Amino acid sequence: MRARAGSRAGVRVAAGRFPWLLAAPAVLGLAFLVAPLLGLLLRAPWSTFGTRLLMPEVREALVLSLVTATAATAVSLLLGVPLAWLLARTELPGRRVVRALVTVPLVIPPVVGGVALLMVLGRRGVLGQYAYDWFGYSLPFTTAAVVVAQVFVAMPFLVVSVEGALRAADRRYEDAAATLGATRGMIFRRVTLPMVAPGVAAGAVLCWARALGEFGATITFAGNFPGRTQTMPLAVYLAMQESPESAVVLSLVLLAVSLAILIGLRGHWSGAP
Amino acid sequence: MRDLPRILRRAAGSAALGLLLGAAACAEVDGSATGAEGSDPRTLTVFAAASLTDTFEELAERFEADHPGTEVEFNFAGSSELAGQITEGAPADVFASADTRTMALVVDAGAAEGEPRVFARNSLEIAVPPDNPAGITGLADLAGEDVRVALCAEEVPCGAATRTVLEESGVDVEPATWEPDVRAALTRVRLGEVDAALVYRTDVIAAGDDVTGIDFEEAAAAVNDYPVVDLADAPQPDLAAEWVELVRSGTGGGVLEAAGFDVAAPE
Amino acid sequence: MTARPGGGAEPREEAEVPGGGGAPASAALAAHLVVRRGGFVLDVRLRAAAGEVLALLGPNGAGKSTALRALAGLTAMADGQIVVDGRDLTTTPTERRPIGMVFQDYLLFEHMSALENVAFGPRARGVPKAEARARAAELLERVGLAAHARRRPRALSGGQAQRVALARALAVRPRLLLLDEPLAALDAHTRADVRSRLRRDLADFDGAAVIVTHDPLDAMVLADRVTVIEDGAVVQEGPPTEVARRPRTDYVARLVGLNLYRGTARGAVVEVAEAAARIEVAEPRSGEVFAAFPPRAVALFREPPVGTLRNVWRLRIDGIEPFGDHVRVHLADPDSGFALSADVTPAGLADLAPAVGAAVWAGVKATEVRCYPVG
Repeated sequence: MRARAGSRAGVRVAAGRFPWLLAAPAVLGLAFLVAPLLGLLLRAPWSTFGTRLLMPEVREALVLSLVTATAATAVSLLLGVPLAWLLARTELPGRRVVRALVTVPLVIPPVVGGVALLMVLGRRGVLGQYAYDWFGYSLPFTTAAVVVAQVFVAMPFLVVSVEGALRAADRRYEDAAATLGATRGMIFRRVTLPMVAPGVAAGAVLCWARALGEFGATITFAGNFPGRTQTMPLAVYLAMQESPESAVVLSLVLLAVSLAILIGLRGHWSGAP
Repeated sequence: MRDLPRILRRAAGSAALGLLLGAAACAEVDGSATGAEGSDPRTLTVFAAASLTDTFEELAERFEADHPGTEVEFNFAGSSELAGQITEGAPADVFASADTRTMALVVDAGAAEGEPRVFARNSLEIAVPPDNPAGITGLADLAGEDVRVALCAEEVPCGAATRTVLEESGVDVEPATWEPDVRAALTRVRLGEVDAALVYRTDVIAAGDDVTGIDFEEAAAAVNDYPVVDLADAPQPDLAAEWVELVRSGTGGGVLEAAGFDVAAPE
Repeated sequence: MTARPGGGAEPREEAEVPGGGGAPASAALAAHLVVRRGGFVLDVRLRAAAGEVLALLGPNGAGKSTALRALAGLTAMADGQIVVDGRDLTTTPTERRPIGMVFQDYLLFEHMSALENVAFGPRARGVPKAEARARAAELLERVGLAAHARRRPRALSGGQAQRVALARALAVRPRLLLLDEPLAALDAHTRADVRSRLRRDLADFDGAAVIVTHDPLDAMVLADRVTVIEDGAVVQEGPPTEVARRPRTDYVARLVGLNLYRGTARGAVVEVAEAAARIEVAEPRSGEVFAAFPPRAVALFREPPVGTLRNVWRLRIDGIEPFGDHVRVHLADPDSGFALSADVTPAGLADLAPAVGAAVWAGVKATEVRCYPVG
């Protein structure tokens, strides 16, 4: 008996080192993030959920959101990864200023970002006026404008994440590739990129999520037209004006779909060899 | 000395309401501590439709001049958003809505003290850039192939009016965008992104020289009534009643008229 | 420095003092490396003939890895010249130098299989994919890892990873092979084994090889010649046994000071090649081996020791010199040519009351003798 009691005490000592100091604020933090979500679930008009869900506008907005967010992520990858490389790996003068500029879209309200985009790419914008005068093309109010707005607000997340990954990456692997005869371009493609792939993936997910939730810059720059520029957040905002219940339904749909996709991707990655 | 906190308060949106009230409370404490005029400073809180921003601020100056030690605090936002806040228990003295429908929500919730009174009317106008590039002269021109138009989304009051007007007139307009509020639609015109927008006359006047307003007959089909009411849970019920009086007075009517409103005939 | 009996020493070519630029055509590597970084200055001259293995030995921060990186073109040189096989590479970018490099942690690309790692170099140098893979497969076969070709580096043991790294460096058919602490990442267990395999592989390599190490034993076993670098400068150069036995600086004496012998093992006995002497070791071996023991493992006696000491020699004191807090005694047998060094405390030396020329007994436990196959 005594021996058993002793061993039990030993176990308790080992397990009793639970880090309460960290766990308490962690649980509080989680509750803080989840509580509003629970609120949405509790107040959702479940009796009419089905009929509201089946409205064609909902499907339209959802598809548009998914397509544009994905396109915005692709564009961000194409432009953002090289930008991150430039920031992390070169000694360009004024690199600090460039880095600060990259984070500007994180700081300014997206609505202002949308106005800024209009000033540059709008029909009378600094650049946009030429596109309109010469080719009769105008970007605002098109689906492409939605993507542009999303890229503007979401790309910094990718750049920051990838730059961090590049800084953390062991550059000696690049040295090794150089001694094997690889040129800079080949090193970037075949060694650096695969090495920072987790950072790129994390950045792309953040970027995609941010683009999916984008509202301010989109409505300002691309306007609101169902099927063309009305993404889910715009649909939610407008539904809010008339019937908060519909807004809750739309939000839950957006939430469910994005969570399903993110969890699916996570499973796919960790399942990969 | 008074200007700074006032500007701050007015700049703050409805989202910052909580903070704002906190700041007001602090200001109150400061006021009584210095005891500038020996009387307690009082704050009148007015929830008003965004389209009333300019006129109500002007009226607030007069109100404050007539009631020393009183400050008027505003929460300007979309009418339905405000109605939601009021029915959820936000502390407000007066509610001025841009349509009777949202006012009805507040009345039905039992949040109104008196009877809502219509104090102004607003109607739609076509807003075009000063150079009017698409050569718009009337509502029918908005249906033109190459005319780019911004309309209010149907979910918001100006959108409802727009819909009524278009339905009554039978003009089929395919807009470039359905804007979430009237000011956004107007901004499109100001930036030259669209050739025309259907907005309220008051907004056209507020925009000054940046846009030109074009009246059209069919606008008569949708005239917006602006009702005002003092609220049941008003912290300052007497000030609330006085504010309602002011906006319905000749002084209020003059200010509203100058801004483009039709002033309702006294009932 | 005290005089040392030369008799019986392996007649190795005396190392040239690292000389001026005009390297003879026979030198596969002739380099003068000057690197400045902050207050640190590296200024060394290195030479190696084709097929020769040069070890750079030195304490941490001496600049040996910097020298290797300079040879690879990974660190910019302030001055100097690098000539490999008569070709001036001083300004050639890394990716165009005819070099192969094995890094300290091997730095195998984690997202590629062993085969892809080895094929990377040939691919980078324009060899068609199929051919590059064939060449890689052949190299892996040669290093005995054909069965592991499809594995990711994570799935390889330390020794296997080292061999893949070597195969990867050799796959580009370099003229200069650079190895940065190739054994440092291995545990003592696999180290001896990997070391002897590496020695065989290096013997097969026909270009010049430079190996950086802080372990004197690695240098002794793997290299034909040793260059000791301290504080950015060469302090000693020569064949391993020479450097080991005639250290010129404190550092060399302390770290490199090893009694090192080459000989033939028959069971637990090693017949020393250069002298008529036998060394008993703990573990039975056979064939060509190195036998080594540190000077501090040697005990000196006035009378023949009684007890379990397996190695006991009667030797004459050749010289005595202080090294830090101890005294190094150089001993030799003028007849057989067998020589060794012993480190004793000053007090121990006083007990012995020795004098140069006096004869004493030297003893070493068999378990203190490390024994490594030559190849």
